[in-house]
Amino acid sequence: MAKILAVDDSASMRSMVAFTLRGAGHDVEEADNGQAAVDAARGQRFDLVLADVNMPVMDGISMVRELRTMDAYRGVPILMLTTESNPEKKMEGKAAGATGWLVKPFDPEQLLATVGRVLG
Amino acid sequence: MSQSSNFANARADETAEATQYLTVNLADEEYAVDILAVREIRGWTPVTRIPQAPSYVLGVLNLRGVIVPVIDMRLRFGLAREEYTATTVTVIVTVAGRNFGVVVDAVSDVIDIVPSAIRPVPDMGTAVDTEYLKGLTSVGERMVLLLDVDKLLQPQDAQILEAALPAAEEVKAVA
Amino acid sequence: MSKVDLAQFHQAFFEESLDGLDAMETALLALEAGSDDAELVHTVFRAAHSIKGGAATFGFADVAAFTHVAESLLEEVRSGRRAIDKPIVELLLRSGDCVRGMLSRSMGGHPAANAESEALRAALAAMISGGGAPAVAKAVAVSEDVEGWDIAFRPFDYLLKTGNDPLRMFRELAALGALTVDTSLDKLPSLEAMDAESAYLGWTLYLAGPVKRAAIEAVFDWVDGDCELSIVAREAAPKAVAPVAAAPLAAKPSRDAAANSESSSVRVGIEKIDTLLNLVGELVITQSMLTQFADGVDASQLELLRHGLGQLQRHTRELQESVMSIRMLPISTVFNRFPRLVRDLTQKLDKQVNLDMRGETTELDKTVLEKIGDPLVHLVRNAIDHGLETPAKRRAAGKGDTGTLRMEAFHRGGSIVVEVSDDGAGLNRDAIVAKAIERGIIATGEGMSDEAVAELIFEPGFSTAAQTTDLSGRGVGMDVVRRNVADLGGSVAIRSTPGAGTTFTITLPLTLAIIDGLTAAVGEEIYIVPLVSIVESVQLGADAIRSVAGGGELFRFRDAYLPVVRLHDVFGCEGSRAKIEEGIVIVVEGEGTRIGLFVDALIGQQQAVVKSLETNYRRVAGISGATILADGSVALIADVTGLVRMQARRKAA
Repeated sequence: MAKILAVDDSASMRSMVAFTLRGAGHDVEEADNGQAAVDAARGQRFDLVLADVNMPVMDGISMVRELRTMDAYRGVPILMLTTESNPEKKMEGKAAGATGWLVKPFDPEQLLATVGRVLG
Repeated sequence: MSQSSNFANARADETAEATQYLTVNLADEEYAVDILAVREIRGWTPVTRIPQAPSYVLGVLNLRGVIVPVIDMRLRFGLAREEYTATTVTVIVTVAGRNFGVVVDAVSDVIDIVPSAIRPVPDMGTAVDTEYLKGLTSVGERMVLLLDVDKLLQPQDAQILEAALPAAEEVKAVA
Repeated sequence: MSKVDLAQFHQAFFEESLDGLDAMETALLALEAGSDDAELVHTVFRAAHSIKGGAATFGFADVAAFTHVAESLLEEVRSGRRAIDKPIVELLLRSGDCVRGMLSRSMGGHPAANAESEALRAALAAMISGGGAPAVAKAVAVSEDVEGWDIAFRPFDYLLKTGNDPLRMFRELAALGALTVDTSLDKLPSLEAMDAESAYLGWTLYLAGPVKRAAIEAVFDWVDGDCELSIVAREAAPKAVAPVAAAPLAAKPSRDAAANSESSSVRVGIEKIDTLLNLVGELVITQSMLTQFADGVDASQLELLRHGLGQLQRHTRELQESVMSIRMLPISTVFNRFPRLVRDLTQKLDKQVNLDMRGETTELDKTVLEKIGDPLVHLVRNAIDHGLETPAKRRAAGKGDTGTLRMEAFHRGGSIVVEVSDDGAGLNRDAIVAKAIERGIIATGEGMSDEAVAELIFEPGFSTAAQTTDLSGRGVGMDVVRRNVADLGGSVAIRSTPGAGTTFTITLPLTLAIIDGLTAAVGEEIYIVPLVSIVESVQLGADAIRSVAGGGELFRFRDAYLPVVRLHDVFGCEGSRAKIEEGIVIVVEGEGTRIGLFVDALIGQQQAVVKSLETNYRRVAGISGATILADGSVALIADVTGLVRMQARRKAA
């Protein structure tokens, strides 16, 4: 199915996202911060990137900005994982070029529905 | 013995599934042990004696790297100890996460017992105290007693023994 | 696809949350000490944020609600609206402790919230400027009676570059009802001027059916502000909207349930695993080589066989060491709790202490690690409580205001050594002697060496309620420290210089899982005596024993008379030699006391993997465990400390 990059500094969240998406037949790679995600994205072209906002080394919004400078990622869907209490982050994400967001907390079903939405 | 009073219950139990039991022989009587509690069956092998153990605890053996106590069922129930023969068997059981071995005369076979076939044990002078029996059933001509393995290793007296241990040491010191 | 069970991620979430709380604590302590590193605040915020997100995702609502308030406070600090100060740090430190408890309880299946967490939550909320913000009332349109919706959608030119796809949005709309689409090409430039990645089209759509506006807005949620969008209902006008206030989080007082938070897993560095895999690979190769030889061994092959066996032995030993090293963890996991402990203690006691920790990377076995914490905590409490003086007293003594407490761990020989030393007042000989006399431990201090006096503090009954403050909580007394360390097969020594300071030295075996032991025959049975407890083995002559009234036996060893403990008596073994000159006496030492164990013969020396007797049976006095001999049979391991205590009880009777 699709090649997805899951980025979050929380190992348990990453595991949950990866496990859920793999179960639906997707190929999932994981990164624990924005820089690691950018490095992985240079190595191969992902069909979708899911990223948390608050991460050490390079946060999610900087990561989006970085990815959007790469030719391969100009139109690739990038979804931020945000909390509802932070509407500014959504705006920042959009300004940086993110496609949309998924609001935390979300359950596996919501994750699959949103990913399905985006991948078409 | 009237069975009519049990008919109503029996009919309700008839639909319940049968449970498998391992039957073992001890002093001319047959006992059944829930197969789910049975971990392994070994021939008799010598064990290492443990100090201060009750007489029916023969010692411990090595079960693939784990130390497991072994009890002699005859001694456990106050019978005379018999010579171990080629048919003597150690049945390794698991109860509440603990493993231990029980030495019996021989192992018989595996049978199915439905709940409806289990009757309460009357006071009929079996070698094993009725406190350790869960019930009684008939398999053809054989009468089989259902053993309550949970009670074998941690009976009331073992607990009292454990509690008395420090006091026993005091007494021993003076002696 | 079957439903994903979130419980499988609980343990990972729990462990990473604990790590996060540790990082939070370290950062908070640094901030309190005056650091202005902005990254520290981010660390604290991220930790709270992660825990909140994970707790909410994995179903721990109470934890999420609590952490949410902490996060809000941290957001104020992070954004610069509030400066971090002592009260905030204190509150956050306590909150961290509280979350630990809540997580523990959650993992045990118990309610996470309790009276304490509710009180802390309220305190956090009160701290936030303006108190807890009331939830924003959202206008909710009641269901409308519409025939359909007219939607006009014209994305801005950059929309495609955000990864959003109008086609995708239309597909979603089509799932809500019958959709008709009309495309407007009026903005489409000529081919040469066209940028393939820009959006030039506009659309007018009609969605038929009693669809809720919210459902349509949800489809365009992500592109809000990146397009021209109008959504107009056809037919009946929407009814009056009623704002709905979100319900406040209900306070849930719950019973405080005991939580079991011991993790039975060990996290392993990947290099250790790789080494292990390599060794296993080598082992397999060596084994198959030997198997081949089994098919046709003749004399000429014998040398190769020996070589192979030698290799096998080496690899097996390396493998064993490798596996053991996996169980070895750095002592930092224990040392980590001390900065916080020292901080709390010095605050309470108004003392100034600099904590100097060294050798945190020193590794020891998990089994020892788990049990070394409590004795160390007691020694640290003792040093700060009694050893180190108040700033005033220190100045009077010509010292600097701030005392130093040093904790150092290092390997020495086959043991691990942990030293706790302070530059405080040292042991006061006279005070100790006076207290010992008062407690009836000794009659007089005359003729006692300084070392002997120092040893007095380890006597049971030495420290009492009068001496211990409310800080030295459970397990009071140096005797408990010594006992705990002895139970681990180690020893604790004390060195002190009045006016200059005191040093406690704890020596421990590297691991409890494997011991070196002497194999001894006692009657028909075999017992193992741990080498670490053996002083010397001696063969006594027939007249070497002195009898004592009451049936005891003594023998002379170096400058003292030691009791003889006949193991066949203690353990009830049969077939033992009765005569002292026909057997061997193994002099052992436990808890500072020496006794002689009488056995029939010494068989040899070997490494013994310690197996538990209690797992399937129960504790046996005088026996510390069992091991499996080369022939597969079981041998019991003597508990030297236990035997020493049993002998003392005998003597006292």
